[in-house]
Amino acid sequence: MNAILPTLSHEEILRYSRHLLIPEVGLEGQRKLLASSVLMIGTGGLGSPVALYLAAAGVGRIGLVDYDVVDYSNLQRQVIHGMSSLDQLKVESARARMLDINPDIQVDLYNEPFTSDNAMRIAEPYDIIIDGTDNFPTRYLTNDLCVLTGKPNVYGSIFRFDGQVSVFYAKEGPCYRCLFPEPPPPGLVPSCAEGGVLGVLPGTIGTLQATEALKLILGIGTPLIGKLMLYNALDMSFDFVNLRKNPNCKVCGPNPEVTELIDYEAFCGVPGHDHEEGTVGGDWDITATELAERLKAGNHLHLIDVREPHELQISRLEGATLIPLGQLAGRLPELDSAEEMVLFCKAGTRSARALELLASAGFRKMKNLKGGINAWAREVDPSMPIY
Amino acid sequence: MPTLRIPTPLRTYADGQTEVSLGGSTVGEVMDGLVTLYPTLRPHLFNGDGQLRPFVNLFLNDSNIRDLQGMDTPLKESDRLMLIPSIAGGRE
Repeated sequence: MNAILPTLSHEEILRYSRHLLIPEVGLEGQRKLLASSVLMIGTGGLGSPVALYLAAAGVGRIGLVDYDVVDYSNLQRQVIHGMSSLDQLKVESARARMLDINPDIQVDLYNEPFTSDNAMRIAEPYDIIIDGTDNFPTRYLTNDLCVLTGKPNVYGSIFRFDGQVSVFYAKEGPCYRCLFPEPPPPGLVPSCAEGGVLGVLPGTIGTLQATEALKLILGIGTPLIGKLMLYNALDMSFDFVNLRKNPNCKVCGPNPEVTELIDYEAFCGVPGHDHEEGTVGGDWDITATELAERLKAGNHLHLIDVREPHELQISRLEGATLIPLGQLAGRLPELDSAEEMVLFCKAGTRSARALELLASAGFRKMKNLKGGINAWAREVDPSMPIY
Repeated sequence: MPTLRIPTPLRTYADGQTEVSLGGSTVGEVMDGLVTLYPTLRPHLFNGDGQLRPFVNLFLNDSNIRDLQGMDTPLKESDRLMLIPSIAGGRE
């Protein structure tokens, strides 16, 4: 943080008057906020409230990393974006909204995936890193980067009705790897795109991340260093557990194996960025158009829908057998390995997992519907909704 | 009886239950009871030699059982166990 703190103009004194009235913040604290810098990884569900509140609070420099564009399905929870910014770059949409709230701050844009190649360069100017990403490779990358550069990592993660918040700051406590030395195998934990998320949940968790960032900048209160907060919206429960530094931690332990950024996609066994979602690769995929042609030609294909039962209320393919992915391993006897199968889900991710599971059980005559039932809606049946 | 909280991502393998009460005087006994009740949970929690998998964290009240006596940690009737999963969502 800069040693010389900025002074406040009369306008700024008025803008931040509710901060100046709090003894724990005051004029000195507001000057610290104006001199501070925060990097926000992701400008989606978690990034939206974080960026809005940090901008409003007068954090002087905020970096935004994201490579996506605003999609209609984002608006259910990504409250920094709106109808007027559909199809715009998320970082640009977010900056416009932040500067509308507070034109006096600096917002830096990094319209690129956050990777081992650029992470050090991007993070270099910032005091605090906020993890609002959506995949394991980027979470391990963010953690290791923070450990290696000595920066605090304000962590937040969400799934359906559950949220987690912590501050991983290896100088003073454990890191993310102390708690989770290894990621789960691919497919065990569905993403929000597959598993869904209550729209307000990232609001709750992101707001807590913003709170922790402000406390770290101001040096007040007790940040969640060495503590993990677990939130469940259905029970309205907040649980806190103690985290200890793991003496065998491969990145923050006394004998680290990881001393530079590694290949996190390989480490996690899943792509973090720029992969073609909903495909298996090789000859395992079939497009919706091809499937429609083969069905029309009278080919006998057993359609297996691996979605959850409630998703059938949105869209369905006639004649398909429903076997939710979680039940597939236990229902293999229902399948005939001599019969050609086409597996599908919403967008092709779960069915790709299902295909891998069946392949490991010895099945060979099967295809994955590339892009899922949504691709069918786009290519074959425009009367079907896309979700 | 000690209670055990099952996190959302694992509920699919536990009949949708959020919390179960299971008899047992150690963490290991309760976990044995859990995977006997819900056998499809076992591969998600334990590896081949019966160790907790590295991406699974089991907390007794507010402490990680790895920081206590692991599966041998004794339990009281009022104890609460919590499985803490890796979740990654946030940007999408």
